[in-house]
Amino acid sequence: MNVATGQRQFTALMRLFHWLTAALVLTILGIGVAMVASLADYHRLVAIHRPLGILILIVVVIRFVNRHNSKLPPFPATMSPRERSVASASELFLYALLVVQPLVGWGMLSAASYPITLTGSIHLFPILPHNVMLYAVLRRAHTVLAYLLFLTFLAHFGAVLFHSWVMRDGTFSRMAPWKVRAH
Amino acid sequence: MRQKLRLIGNARIHGAVAILVSSGASKLADTRHFGRLAGTAVAVLGVAAVFIYLGGWFNPEALTPARFADGFERSGGIHSGFRRNHAKGVCVSGSFESNGRGTRLSKAVVFNAGRIPILGRFSLAGGNPDVADEPEMVRGLGLLFNLPDGEEWRTAMINTPVFALNTPQAFFDRLVATQPDPQTGKPDPEKMAAFLASHPETVQATKIIQSHPASSGFENSAYYGLNAFWFMDASGRSIPVRWSLAPVQAFAPANTTGSARPDKNYLFDALIAGILQQPLQWHLIITIGQANDPTNDATIPWPDAREQVDVGTLTLDHVESEETNPCRDINFDPLVLPGGMAPSDDPLLSARSAVYSQSFTRRSGEKKLPSAVTPSEVRK
Repeated sequence: MNVATGQRQFTALMRLFHWLTAALVLTILGIGVAMVASLADYHRLVAIHRPLGILILIVVVIRFVNRHNSKLPPFPATMSPRERSVASASELFLYALLVVQPLVGWGMLSAASYPITLTGSIHLFPILPHNVMLYAVLRRAHTVLAYLLFLTFLAHFGAVLFHSWVMRDGTFSRMAPWKVRAH
Repeated sequence: MRQKLRLIGNARIHGAVAILVSSGASKLADTRHFGRLAGTAVAVLGVAAVFIYLGGWFNPEALTPARFADGFERSGGIHSGFRRNHAKGVCVSGSFESNGRGTRLSKAVVFNAGRIPILGRFSLAGGNPDVADEPEMVRGLGLLFNLPDGEEWRTAMINTPVFALNTPQAFFDRLVATQPDPQTGKPDPEKMAAFLASHPETVQATKIIQSHPASSGFENSAYYGLNAFWFMDASGRSIPVRWSLAPVQAFAPANTTGSARPDKNYLFDALIAGILQQPLQWHLIITIGQANDPTNDATIPWPDAREQVDVGTLTLDHVESEETNPCRDINFDPLVLPGGMAPSDDPLLSARSAVYSQSFTRRSGEKKLPSAVTPSEVRK
């Protein structure tokens, strides 16, 4: 890993990607959970959900490439080697979820033979053949992955709050949207 | 303090919650830390609560797509692999020959002069896929216009000029009112009377529907899109529209005496025989609404004087059992619209899209049982 010892924060671009992803993912999870229970707003919400999912796929892929090419600040001294490996693994897990979930959504619409409309006439090509049994499996997977994503987000949110607020070890400042000066 | 928390954290690293609980319990005396721990828990639970609220779990009485589909299942039963409504059907295909006159109404490519491949499905309303055909049953026609470049227009129409209901709640309430009573096995007429008493729009719409007697078969029925939509032309102008299919086949009244209906598939058999004899045709008619015409109420017809534009001819020349044709596995969602068309404010549209999708998802994963209109029925 590229660790810059003098650096306390993730790079500005990494922080921008982080907060952009956070906003997009929370929005799409909220839309997703609301739309499946809604009659009146179902269509409006699905029409946002589809292009938003594709946008997240694009953002996450670019973000992953950028992360690979960026220097990372060291972990806080309060984190044990085991905590560090759990944090790294959960980061990788989140990346995987954020790539797989939009692909499952795209694949499930393909298997259902829905046009994958982004807006107006603009639509994506199908990535799987028309097969409703496959659709049924992917549709279920999309729900399971959404819950998994949400629970992973809650764990991440809780862990950062715990470190930053209870242990006061500056974990949050590493990813703070603003510039944090070294003491 | 930090050291101790870290030790606890090391021991119980699996999830922030475990850490919070164990370290919170061991540090009860330290109110400041306990307060922050509690705050962390409240923040996490608060975010979870927002999502539980968005998902409607705090409001279990609300009408959802799942409850709607449950209602159809209570009325028509669960028939593995079949649609929850309009369960009995047959697949058709053919083409739409656009005459180009629709281009001034909408920029949708379907209206450019030319030929568009069509996949369709004729159906009877109700959840029973083996129901015996009756002339007064509502007939449906779902169409999928396969536009160039992968774009699609889907529409699901029925043979009544208006719809009997104007809100999803009314639709659901009527579904409940017409469900068979568990004791008598028949719908309770008092429940239906109570429903009609509180839904004058349904009474009014039923009069309009009854003033258009059913034709003898699927092939000489008109079909109506019912809900209003918006068309957008190339200059960005929007107009409210409704659409319908006017049959080229001559009208003949339905045989309602019941004497000459030996076969339970007689409506489908006549359709099949008709298509095998010669292709069936309909004109696609766009009715253009004016400023005060309601776009949000499918029970109210627009005045007869509204401009109607014949935008092209639908030709259906192939018929096939659902068992061997992809139309079974298509959701004729009325909100699959091409660029140049948009939904109106009719609340039935989003609800139809949501409930069709729920029905589609449920049946997709189920074992597919044979269709009443079998492949051999189509060939005989």
